[in-house]
Amino acid sequence: MKAIFVVAMIVILSVANGAAGQSKGVGHGVRKDAIGIAKPLAPAMPRFRFENFSTANGLPDDHVFSVLVDGDRIWAGTENGLGLYENGKWKTFTTRDRLAHRAVLSLALDKRTGDVWAGTMGGLSRISGGRIDTFTQLNSGLSNDVVYGVSVEGENVWVATAAGACKLDLHTGEWSLYNERNTPMQEIWVYGVAATPTKVYYAVWGSGVLEYDQQKKIWDKYDDPDGETEMVLFKDQGLIHEITTSVSYIDKILWVATYFGDSRYDGRYWHNFLTKDSGLPSNFTNVIKGVDGKRAWFGTDKGLAYYDGTNWAVYRPSLATGKPEMTVRDAKGNVSPVAVNTAPAHNYVLGIDFQGSDIWVATAKGLSHGIHQP
Amino acid sequence: MNRPRHNAAGALSSLAAVCCVVFGMCAWSGWTARASVATGRTGEQLEYASPLEVLFSPDGTRLYVLCQESAQVRVLDATSYETVKNIAVGAMPRGFSLSPKGDRLFVANSWDDTISVIDTKTLEVVTTWPVGAEPSSVVEDRDGKHLFVANRISNDVAVLDANTGTEEKRLAAGRGASYITASPDGSKLYVTHVYPNATAHRTAPDSEITVIDSARAVVEDRIALPYVAHGFHVAFSADGRLGVATNMHPKNLVPLAHLEHGGAFADTLTLFGADVGKPVEVPLDELELYAVRPFGIAITPDKSRMFITCGGSEMVTVVDVPRLIRYARMHPGSSAQDLSASANYVVGRIAVGHDPRGVALTRDGSKLVVANRLDDTISIIDTKTYRVASTIALTGPKQLSVLRHGEQTFYTARYSFQGQIGCANCHIDSTFDGLQWDLEPDGFGRDVVDNRPIEGVKDTEPFKWNGGNPNLPTECGPRTEKYFWRAENYDDLTLTDLVVYVRSLPARPNRWRLPGEALTAGQERGEALFVRGTDKFGKAIPETNRCAYCHSGPKGTNQKSFDVGTKKATDNAGLLDTPQLTNIAITAPYLHDGSAATLEQIWTVFNPQDTHGRTNDLTKDELNDLIEYLRTR
Repeated sequence: MKAIFVVAMIVILSVANGAAGQSKGVGHGVRKDAIGIAKPLAPAMPRFRFENFSTANGLPDDHVFSVLVDGDRIWAGTENGLGLYENGKWKTFTTRDRLAHRAVLSLALDKRTGDVWAGTMGGLSRISGGRIDTFTQLNSGLSNDVVYGVSVEGENVWVATAAGACKLDLHTGEWSLYNERNTPMQEIWVYGVAATPTKVYYAVWGSGVLEYDQQKKIWDKYDDPDGETEMVLFKDQGLIHEITTSVSYIDKILWVATYFGDSRYDGRYWHNFLTKDSGLPSNFTNVIKGVDGKRAWFGTDKGLAYYDGTNWAVYRPSLATGKPEMTVRDAKGNVSPVAVNTAPAHNYVLGIDFQGSDIWVATAKGLSHGIHQP
Repeated sequence: MNRPRHNAAGALSSLAAVCCVVFGMCAWSGWTARASVATGRTGEQLEYASPLEVLFSPDGTRLYVLCQESAQVRVLDATSYETVKNIAVGAMPRGFSLSPKGDRLFVANSWDDTISVIDTKTLEVVTTWPVGAEPSSVVEDRDGKHLFVANRISNDVAVLDANTGTEEKRLAAGRGASYITASPDGSKLYVTHVYPNATAHRTAPDSEITVIDSARAVVEDRIALPYVAHGFHVAFSADGRLGVATNMHPKNLVPLAHLEHGGAFADTLTLFGADVGKPVEVPLDELELYAVRPFGIAITPDKSRMFITCGGSEMVTVVDVPRLIRYARMHPGSSAQDLSASANYVVGRIAVGHDPRGVALTRDGSKLVVANRLDDTISIIDTKTYRVASTIALTGPKQLSVLRHGEQTFYTARYSFQGQIGCANCHIDSTFDGLQWDLEPDGFGRDVVDNRPIEGVKDTEPFKWNGGNPNLPTECGPRTEKYFWRAENYDDLTLTDLVVYVRSLPARPNRWRLPGEALTAGQERGEALFVRGTDKFGKAIPETNRCAYCHSGPKGTNQKSFDVGTKKATDNAGLLDTPQLTNIAITAPYLHDGSAATLEQIWTVFNPQDTHGRTNDLTKDELNDLIEYLRTR
C-alpha cells in the first residue's frame, strides 16, 4: 500500500508540474530566455492529452494504417483486422467476418447511410449494420485488390488502388475505371482520394494529382513543374512533388501531401511547405487533412503537425529522448517548446480524423486519441 | 439502375404476348374448346383481381384490398364487404400501407417502379412518385418525415421525403428486399428479403431481417437468419415484445431424394424480441401436415393466437402464442428439422382458397381477413372457432381460365408427396430462388445444379442444364412428377394448363435498358466485345468461341449444348445447355452449378483457357464494359 501511495504521489506531482509548465508556456504574455531577456510568447496552439491504444488494451494490432470517427464510434484499420471502439470496448472484424483482408489501409464513412467502407490489401469491404460485403477484382469491377484510399460522395464510392482509380455507383451498381487509358494519369499507383460533390482528387504516386470536375465531367492533372526531382527551382510555382500520398479538399482548397513536402492550392495559387521554410517536422508526409481552407493537419514520419495558417505545432515523442514533446513555430520561425506529458503513440503517422475538437491519430505503433485541453 | 418511363406499352405487349401464348398453346394442344366446356376452363385472357394484401382503415370501417393483376386498390365496406370504390394504381402492385395518421395510403407498384399515393378521404390517387427498382412494400415513419420503400431488384430500401417523394438515399438490405414492417411504437422498421444473401458455394444459405432506425433512417442492426433462404412478412405483438417473421428454410445441401422424410423445405417462423431473447427458428410443419410457404402473419391484440397464411398448403395455420413462447425459450436456436415440434404450439389449420397471402385482423381480433390470391376471394375467419365464417368473392370473371388454372397448379403443393412443396417453392413468385440443388437422378452428390429463372422461358428449350428435357410438358410433367412430387401425376389437362402458364411468364422489365432507350457508352463498348470476331491481338476468334454465337437470338441462347470447360469433378458431363440471358443481372449465382458468385467470376475465375469465349485478352475495364452490356439483356 505504501508503495502504491508513493507512486501515486509521484504521478500527481508530475502532472501538477506538467500543468504548471504548460501554463508557463502558453498562459502568459511574455517569457524570458536564459539570460532574462523578455521575448514574445509562442502563439497559442491547440493542446491535447493523448490517450494511446495498443493491443494491450484491445486494439487488434499496433500497426494502424487508418482511423475513422463515426460519432461516438471509432474505427481503426490495422494490419491485423478492423477495430471498432464503442462504449469503451474494442471489437475486431477479420476475414472470418467476411472482411476482404486483414490489413485495412483506408476507411471512409457514408454519412447518409452510416455504412463504413474499408480499403484493404485484398479488396474493398462495406460494413453495414454489422454485415460485411466484399468487392474484389475477381468478383466485381474493382480495378485492383490493393485499396489504398476510399472516399464516399453521394451515391458514389471513389477508390484508389494499386492499379488505377475507380468508382462504384451504388445506385446502378456500375463500376467505372480510371487509368492511363482514359485519364491523364501516367502512373497507375493511386494512393489517396478525396471526393466532394464538385471535385474529386486522386493522389497518384509518381503522377501528381488528378482532378475530376463532377459538373463538367472532365479530368485535369497537376504536376510538379520541376518534374520528378527533388529540386524546387521556383517556390510555389506548382505542386511540390510528383510522388503524392494524400489529398484533402475543403472550402475549395486542395491540400496535398507528398514524400518531399506538402502543397496547398486555392485554384489559382500554390503554396508549398518544406521543413526548411515551415514548421513541418519532415517532408516525408503520409497523410494530410484540412480542417478548413486555412488550417490543416499533417502526418509525417517524424511526428504529427498542425498548421493554423500562420503558425505550426508539432506533437510527438521526442526524436532524441522519446519523451512527449510539443513545439510551436511562429510566423517568424521562432520555435518554442511547450511542456506536455503525453504525445501520440509514435512519430510515424499514417491516419488522422477529427472528433469535435479532439483528434484521432493512426500511427505505426498504436492509435492515439488527442483529447483537446482548454 | 434506370427507371422505366412508363409501363403501359410493356403491359400491353405482355398482354398481347400472353394472349398469343394462350392461343398458340390452344392450337398446339387442340383440346381447349373441349376443355372449357367440360371443366369451365377457358382460353380467354381474363382480368382477375388477384388480391394479394389486405388492411383495415384505422377506424375499422373499410377494408383495403390490394389486387395485383387488376392493378387496383379495392375499397370494401368492412361490414357488408360491398365495393366502395376501385382505385387504379400502377403495374403489378405488391405492397401497401397506411400512413400513421391514416390519411394516406401508399402503394408500391413493382413493375413500373412507382409509389401511388392515395388520399383516404377522397379515395383518389393524388400523386405518383417514381422509385426503383421493383418496389415491393412501402411504409411511412411515425413522424411523417420519410417513406421507406423496399426495392426487390436493387436489394435496398429507398428513403424518400414523405412530402415530396424525393429519394434521399438507399440503405443496403438483404437480397430481394421486399417486406417492411414497423414496430408497434414505430421506432424501428424490419425488412425481409425473398432471395438468400450471397454465401460461399455449397454452403448454407443465410438471410437477415434488416433493422432500420426510422428516425435516423440508417441500418441499425441485422438479425441473422441462418439457413433461411426466403423471408416474407413480419408481425409484432401489440406490446412489441415479440416479433415473428415467416420464412422458408431449404434443405438444399443434401440430395433432394427424401421427400418422404420431409427432405425439401422446412416452413418456419423466426421469433425475436424481448419475449425470446436471441432469435429462435421454429417449424410449422408436421408429418403429413406441411405448412407450405408461410407468408402473411397476424397476432391477436391479446397475444393469444397467431395466424399464418401458407400459400402452397392453401390454409391458415393457427398458433397458440403463449405455448409458442414457452417452446422457444426451452429450445433456443433452430428446431427447423424437428417435425414433432409444431405439435407443441400449432392448434389449428384452416382451409382457405388458392394461394392465400395477406392477412388482417379486425381491431378487436375477432375476425381474420385472408386474401386468396388465385381465387379472387376473401376468407373471413372467426378467430375463436377457427372456422371460415364467409368467403367474399371479389367482382370479376367467374370462369377459370387456362392460365389461372395453370397458375393455381404452379402455386399449390397438393401434387407433391404429403403436400410438401410446389413449383413456387423454388420459383419464388414465378422467378428463381438463388439456390443450388442436388437432384437424385444424376447420383447423390453428382451434377449439383443452379436453379435457372423461368421468366421469359418460352422458346428457350431444351430444359435442364444437360438439355435432357426437350420441352416444357416433359420438364413440368414426368420429370417433376417423378423427381420432385413423388406422388400424384397431373392429369393431361392440368399439365397442359401448367405449361401454358409457365410459357406465358413474361420477363420483368429490364432496369438497365428501358424500352426505346439507347445503350450507354459503356454498354455500347460491351456490346462490341460481345459480338466481336477478332481479339485484341488481331487474331480471328473462332465463331463458336464468340459470346454472340452461343448466346444468340432474342433470349440470348441458340438452344444448343456446349462444353465450355466448366465441368467440375462432381459433374457427370461437361456438355451443357446454353442458358438464356434474360435479366441475367439479377439472377446470381452463375454457371450450371452456381459456382460463379458474380458475372465477373465467370471470366476472372472460371475461364482460364478461354473455353467459355475469348476473354483473357480483355483488360479489367473492358470486362466491366462487357458486363454492363450483359446487364441490359
